[in-house]
Amino acid sequence: MIFGRVLEIVGGSTLRRLEYVGGLTMQLRQAAGSLTRTLPLVGNRNRWHSAIHQMAAIGIGAIPMVAVMAVCAGFILAMQGASELRRFGAIQFVIDLVTIGFTRELGPLLTAIAISGRSGSAFSAEIGSMVVSEEIDALRTMAIDPVEFVLAPKFLAALIMLPCLSVVANACGILAGGAFMRISTGMALGVYLRDVAHSMVLRDVITGLVKSVAFATIIVQVGCLEGFRVRGGPDAVGRAATSAVVKSTFLVILADVGFTAIFYLTGAR
Amino acid sequence: MATAEPVIVVRDVMVSYDGRRVLNGINLEVFRGETLVLLGGSGSGKSTLLRQIIGLERPESGQVLVNRVDLANSTARELKTVRRSIGVAFQNAALFNSLSLEDNIALPLREHTRLDESTIRLMTWMKLAVVGLGDAGRLGPQALSGGMRKRAAVARALALDPEILVFDEPSAGLDPIVAAELDDLILGLKRAFNMTVVVVTHELASAFRIADRMAMLYNGSLIATGSQEEMKANKHPRIRQFFDRIPDAIADTALIDKYFERYLAGDVHE
Repeated sequence: MIFGRVLEIVGGSTLRRLEYVGGLTMQLRQAAGSLTRTLPLVGNRNRWHSAIHQMAAIGIGAIPMVAVMAVCAGFILAMQGASELRRFGAIQFVIDLVTIGFTRELGPLLTAIAISGRSGSAFSAEIGSMVVSEEIDALRTMAIDPVEFVLAPKFLAALIMLPCLSVVANACGILAGGAFMRISTGMALGVYLRDVAHSMVLRDVITGLVKSVAFATIIVQVGCLEGFRVRGGPDAVGRAATSAVVKSTFLVILADVGFTAIFYLTGAR
Repeated sequence: MATAEPVIVVRDVMVSYDGRRVLNGINLEVFRGETLVLLGGSGSGKSTLLRQIIGLERPESGQVLVNRVDLANSTARELKTVRRSIGVAFQNAALFNSLSLEDNIALPLREHTRLDESTIRLMTWMKLAVVGLGDAGRLGPQALSGGMRKRAAVARALALDPEILVFDEPSAGLDPIVAAELDDLILGLKRAFNMTVVVVTHELASAFRIADRMAMLYNGSLIATGSQEEMKANKHPRIRQFFDRIPDAIADTALIDKYFERYLAGDVHE
């Protein structure tokens, strides 16, 4: 009896998760198909204009937040690293730690977490409100595809802006490391930057940017799916926004583990 | 003037939500040029039937044909053509809050036509003027009253000059004067453009003002269709109850009496 009940709970939970992943995959397929309609020159002019608005909202508006987070993380990483490395007279390696840590990992990850909280929740709340107020139904009755009209511009904007924001985060984090080195060892910024350039590998930067493209996909698809799945009233919109942040942050970290493992195993790291 | 050619055909449509039957084998025809009013109480299934007619949902079984196109088995292109031929004014207007009124009305024109911007502006103004909102184009939807929002929704529904116009509860939440204005607007549009009009409502005054034909839904089944006179003469108990505004007994008075008797006798414990 208890075994049957446990099986029922596990089975039901698994089915719900599979159904969610299925919905996510179908939506991603639709979104990828609509992406060309969002591009300038070859696509729909209105979608491109909408994508530009989204780029401003997702990217430009998030620069201060991402920059402050990256500066703080840069200081933290440098201080934590220095406290251990100093014991071995290897404080110079703080430069490598910060540079590699940010380009490979922290820049894209911090950006994704910031955008997930800032824009992922906004996507689900916006689309959820549109569902509740029948705006999505209105689009469909006007023969306008909601995925193309609402989601595709956000998707394109995030695909462009997340890598850009990751570069901003990398720069801010590395500069924070430079400030720490200046304060703790008196190292000149020029010398620090020369050492950073020496430590930085193009492959690391590219793998970081590949990750940020994947994170952008996760944040937009999860945020929008949560919005499209809203049923009921305003309370459901609030729940969807929360769920979008929780699920996208979880999936971003999961994807990060996957990517890091792949890069590690293939030697690209 | 209505013709004998049905423009919408609903055949044996069944719909269930979470195992609960909402529409139970509906058969209905809407003829070109007529105004059909779908009547029914709350939860009777009339909004669900409307969603079937405008292709927002697929039936569990049965068919919905609009201009001979089976909505459930149509290609994307066919469905797009059908949807462009139907203008829908939603119950809560469903205007896009991020757009001004004129951009709301211009949206379908920008999406589906290659008209230049000045022509779109002119057409948008004309649609707004038809519904009496010619000078409100620059306002946002949130700056409009309930009646204005409903009229704006009609203007947007008219944007692509549809042959079928569908209204979901046009009078709901409006005062009697504004509701009567909206009824006049529906009648005027039908006369001016010879449209087929489908209206879902439970407002009897509105229904008798605009309907050529009426269909009455009860518990997911169509219990009668006919002209206003035929409906008035219909002896079906539910129709009589609906038209004569006789309430259902909501409270189970016998159960309440029994509970109080037990309570007074000290048989009821927390």
